Amino acid sequence: MSDTFSLALFSGTDDKLQAAAVLTVGAAAMGRDVNVFLQYWALDAFRADRIHGVSPEAGPEGAVAMRDQGKMHWSELLRQAKDIGQVRVYACSDSMEMFHITTDDLDPLIDGVWGVASFFAEADGPVTFI
Amino acid sequence: MTTTEISRSIDARGMPCPGPLMSLIGAIRESQVGDVIEVLSTDEGSKTDIPAWIAKAQHELIEVRPDDGFARFVVRKAR
Repeated sequence: MSDTFSLALFSGTDDKLQAAAVLTVGAAAMGRDVNVFLQYWALDAFRADRIHGVSPEAGPEGAVAMRDQGKMHWSELLRQAKDIGQVRVYACSDSMEMFHITTDDLDPLIDGVWGVASFFAEADGPVTFI
Repeated sequence: MTTTEISRSIDARGMPCPGPLMSLIGAIRESQVGDVIEVLSTDEGSKTDIPAWIAKAQHELIEVRPDDGFARFVVRKAR
């Protein structure tokens, strides 16, 4: 069995990013390497100027739920995951072009830009899509 | 009743999953081998997560004691 947890994220809504961040931090805590590949609106959510917000899709109820339950924002969970384990976050090069994003636009959580083949070169087991 | 001397106590009550575990991991990293850390958690997930992480990370779970609406985990840093 592969020890690497390969996660492809394409949705930029906070519920999905929150779930992905919880899985990532758990995998890192348990000693698994994690590769996260950010596509499309998930990548858009990692722009440095919007990463800390709650996306419009969450709606007012989503924002209240996040605040009232004292939930740690997914970006902070990912930071913790990187702090405790081998967690790498890559931007999909095609999505970079689609959104006209340059590496300067992205949050420092992102380790680099990958083409899809690079992701699969490292993904030696199942891939989880969120 | 244990007489183990607690080096550090973390009150993670009210913190949602995986907060208590992350607090424990942080405390373990800052501690010396042999130190004993206590974590208080109301999070249901901690009941399985904290023992699972301790086993994986090869530390020692000295005690899990249910209290009034929370659980108390006592952990020794083993390496």
